Amino acid sequence: MAEVEIRAVSKAFKKTQAVSDLSLTVGDGEFVALLGPTGAGKTTTLRLIAGLEMPDCGSIRIGGRDVTGDAPADRDIAFVFQQYSLYPHLSVFENMAFALRAPIRRVPEAEIRAKVREVARLLHIETKLENKATQLSGGQMQRVAIGRALVRSPAIYLMDEPLSSLDAKLRGEMRLELKRIQTDLGATILYVTHDQTEAMTMASRIGVIEGGRLLQIGTPREIYENPINAHVAARLGQPAINLLPAVLFAGAPVGARTVGARTEHLTIARGGGDVQATVKRIEHLGDQSHLHLDLGGQSVVTLSDPEARLGAGDIVSLRLNKPLFFDADGGRVAA
Amino acid sequence: MSIANTAHSVVEPSPNTRRLAGSLVVLYAVVTMIPLVWIVLTSFKSPDDAISYPPKIVFTPSLEGFCNLFTTRSRQTPEFIRTLGPPQGLCDDIARSRNMVVAGPSNYVPRFVNSLIIAFGSTVLAVALGTLSAYGFSRFRVPLKDDLLFFILSTRMMPPIAVAIPIYLMYRTIGLSDTRLGMILLYTSVNVSLAVWLLKGFIDEIPREYEEAAMIDGYTRFQAFVKVVLPQATTGIAATAIFCLIFAWNEYAFAVLLTSGNAQTAPPFIPIIIGEGGQDWPAVAAATTLFLVPIVVFTVLLRKHLLRGITFGAVRK
Repeated sequence: MAEVEIRAVSKAFKKTQAVSDLSLTVGDGEFVALLGPTGAGKTTTLRLIAGLEMPDCGSIRIGGRDVTGDAPADRDIAFVFQQYSLYPHLSVFENMAFALRAPIRRVPEAEIRAKVREVARLLHIETKLENKATQLSGGQMQRVAIGRALVRSPAIYLMDEPLSSLDAKLRGEMRLELKRIQTDLGATILYVTHDQTEAMTMASRIGVIEGGRLLQIGTPREIYENPINAHVAARLGQPAINLLPAVLFAGAPVGARTVGARTEHLTIARGGGDVQATVKRIEHLGDQSHLHLDLGGQSVVTLSDPEARLGAGDIVSLRLNKPLFFDADGGRVAA
Repeated sequence: MSIANTAHSVVEPSPNTRRLAGSLVVLYAVVTMIPLVWIVLTSFKSPDDAISYPPKIVFTPSLEGFCNLFTTRSRQTPEFIRTLGPPQGLCDDIARSRNMVVAGPSNYVPRFVNSLIIAFGSTVLAVALGTLSAYGFSRFRVPLKDDLLFFILSTRMMPPIAVAIPIYLMYRTIGLSDTRLGMILLYTSVNVSLAVWLLKGFIDEIPREYEEAAMIDGYTRFQAFVKVVLPQATTGIAATAIFCLIFAWNEYAFAVLLTSGNAQTAPPFIPIIIGEGGQDWPAVAAATTLFLVPIVVFTVLLRKHLLRGITFGAVRK
């Protein structure tokens, strides 16, 4: 395991600027998640670190060594692809042993067997080792893909949305598993995802990336509670943060044009409060309900207690508790 | 449920369609097999039966055609033949019944061996070169890629025989005429364009992630090519090899022009097998029958690879 440092890296594909002046340090044993929408430059960042793409400028250091011009094989990294990329002509065992069999490693056969079995046990695929890689379910394939990386002890594991193809239940399980494995092994992981739950639950730090730029990096709590701008604020939270014109509320600070109100910033009452809103629709999710409100022509989505017994057309009043404020460009304004 | 019972599947053909399709296939197979069957039958006929009219379908089988194919014979007087000892083997026996003795082996075996060496040699070379260049064209940013690919294809646009004379003159000057090496190089250069185009299609279908994964796992690009791309390209390589082999094996025009003795292949040799008083049809048929065997064997051996799909979807697209 080692520290990975990206310094002012940029990469363009023809006219598309995929990554712009991106700097990021992943500490030894740290789990960093890059969170962003499709096309934000997350995957390109991983491929740049892996050496599958060459940066137009900037440098990449792994364990203090400059690897910017090195071949992927010389960088001591492991990569889990979004598409599992299992070798269809090999068995599960051979897929997992593939990296250990590389000519540059010369791992003894007994050690390979032991290592593959150990990792297979960890991922609960030990009974599938003799199967062809193509005779597995999606979830099993994904485990093999992760296992193929775990048999090695590289400087860093790069993971490109490894859970995105799994169903919700399996994804939840694998999230816990992956976090447990990372803690047990003390592994350094840079993990790319567009799923905020994955980022929030697994990462020690989250980097929010958009348009090839790293907007903010910090602990999940920092990013959630203290976003530097409206973009970052909108990335996290379920239901998403409500961005409302500041004029609707009294007491907004000078320069604030937008109020960012997450569900916990809004208190619903039948009377009193700062502003009045009309209930448009209620989505019952069982343990909680999504309440869709109309606030002076703006839509607001918040959570409500299923016991609240509200119905469409009801008038409720809202009170804001320490919401976030943003200026005209979306930047944060101190309350 | 009556609805379910009467409803018919949109993907499964109905029994009537199946029967019709089956009969068409059988009919087609019969039509295409007749010439082959006729050649095999003729190879077991006596020279008289082979040219009898109306043609004989039922006849006494004879190995005379095969004997005549593999031997040269000389005519002798019955008195001389009587002075000889007992016949040496079946062919000698057949020859003596026609007042001849076996004088020695014919040239068929060396011609057949030439065919094997030249066809398989050029197939191996064309497929090897084709695989490497197809991989290059498929994966790297080659300057003028499209133009180069078109140029490679354009070498197949004229009939090969159009360049026969220049090649004949060139080969004579550099000493390649009537050599196996010359024929291997010639067939390779004709086949390599086909190989590049066919294989590029197959390799394009193999996702790059496999090589990228292998290169990250510690393999060089060439090692990744050997370990990951080649095994998945076997279907394409097998299909390409069969096409190349069939061309090189059957090629006649260049072989007639450029070979006469040392490097002559079977195709120009077979039509000039002369018996007494003209063409020895059973021997020609026997030569043709044997000539079919290597291609059939090769195709059957590679059949498994031809039928298997390329990448069975371990990459999610």
